[in-house]
Amino acid sequence: MDAMENHFLSDMRVMFGRSMRHIFRSTDTILTVAVMPVALMLLFVYVFGGAIQTGTDNYVNYVLPGILLIAIASGTSYTAYRLFMDKQRGIFERFQSMPIARSAALWGHVLTSLVSDAISVAAIILVALIIGFRPSAGVVPWLAVAGILALFALALTWIAATAGLSAKSVDGVSAFSYPLIFLPFISSAFVPTESMPPVVRAFAENQPVTPIVESIRALLSGQPIGSDIWVALAWCLAILIVAYLFAMRAYQRKVA
Amino acid sequence: MHNQAIQVKGLQKSFKQLHVLKGVDFEVEKGSIFALLGSNGAGKTTIVKILTTLLKPEGGTATVNGFDAVSNPDSVRRSISLTGQFAAVDEMLTGRENLIMIAKLRHLKNPRKVADELLNRFGLTDAADRSVSTFSGGMRRRLDIAMSLIGKPQLVFLDEPTAGLDPEARFEVWKVVKELANGGTTVFLTTQYLDEAEQLADQIAILHEGRIIASGTLADLKKLFPPARVEYVEKQPSLEEIFIAIVGKKEER
Repeated sequence: MDAMENHFLSDMRVMFGRSMRHIFRSTDTILTVAVMPVALMLLFVYVFGGAIQTGTDNYVNYVLPGILLIAIASGTSYTAYRLFMDKQRGIFERFQSMPIARSAALWGHVLTSLVSDAISVAAIILVALIIGFRPSAGVVPWLAVAGILALFALALTWIAATAGLSAKSVDGVSAFSYPLIFLPFISSAFVPTESMPPVVRAFAENQPVTPIVESIRALLSGQPIGSDIWVALAWCLAILIVAYLFAMRAYQRKVA
Repeated sequence: MHNQAIQVKGLQKSFKQLHVLKGVDFEVEKGSIFALLGSNGAGKTTIVKILTTLLKPEGGTATVNGFDAVSNPDSVRRSISLTGQFAAVDEMLTGRENLIMIAKLRHLKNPRKVADELLNRFGLTDAADRSVSTFSGGMRRRLDIAMSLIGKPQLVFLDEPTAGLDPEARFEVWKVVKELANGGTTVFLTTQYLDEAEQLADQIAILHEGRIIASGTLADLKKLFPPARVEYVEKQPSLEEIFIAIVGKKEER
């Protein structure tokens, strides 16, 4: 038993290496997690942005946080897909019948999800800088942004894990991610909520994406962040804990 | 006791209303090829999953290489390997990468060398660096079995290893199984092809409606039937024999 736990890190590294290879060999994944969000950003900045009144003169600064959240949401949908395929194709059973650390396979997927999200976030920020994103944040606010994004990615990853482990068909696997990808559109990610009709506005201001977007935006532009960051953190942690419990239950059922 | 690779007593398992195993008993001798026969849905895979620690039984005991599958799964896992019903290979990786991955997970010293040896032994050296998604069914199965041999487990489970394979690929798998047994590895095999059991197995057990209804060597099983009568029949080669003969000759050339 002790020997097994000692192998946890090396086993997880093997699993991580495996699923990172999956990502870099899948054109589809790269298109969805990096190219699509960048295209969306260009669309908003160069097509819609001119007509949107945000009260700021730099729309790239305004729109970037929402784009990052969309990229993370679509990235984690692939985590669900990869977990489901492992389960479906029998390779999961092969791993479970081997003397490897029990949850190494699952944690390998979780780590892959976080790392690939980080890569696509970095790529998007790079393009944003090229098209005029001008942050005025110092090191500490940047670290805070990284922390919030990591927490958001982890929360969504556990939702993805639950979906991947309990889905019955490949069509059902990524269905969970559509509302998550769509959520930023009904928030302050692209337009200020003041312009929305009362019901939509009430929803937009009280769903998790708005405080997350507002905190990241404030952090990046060096403005006071107020209470938004606490609401954002509370949302992320609450989703994280609930999703983690569900994912673990699905996982236990799977490994019986 | 020490000559038994597997001892199963009174094994029970149900899925919701369906009572799949109703008290299964059998033993597998070390170093033998054991074939579990049964039609689709008889519960062969359920037995394999219990013996490989993937499922827990509701009743009875399963001892694998001297370890209880329920209370000591880690020791069981160290001494076995499973080749499941569907080739459990990673399609996105190459053949070589698949083997190296398993060798690393078995914590072997020189994963590359292990992979090279197995690629060579299974005739996959030329295809080693191609993505597995381009492999034929037979190649996939060979890779699958090769992955199961990494770390030299004492007992190998093959769940319907030739399902869906063409005759040539089937023949290759049979050859591998025989070689394994000659090397002293115990092979537990499930199949629905009777000729496969007849070709390979030292011991055969027939699973029917949740119980083993007959078991023993082929000779034992034959005794269960009325004594043989002498009949004169013109011996025609089967289509399979013809196919193998022609294809075999082609390869020799």
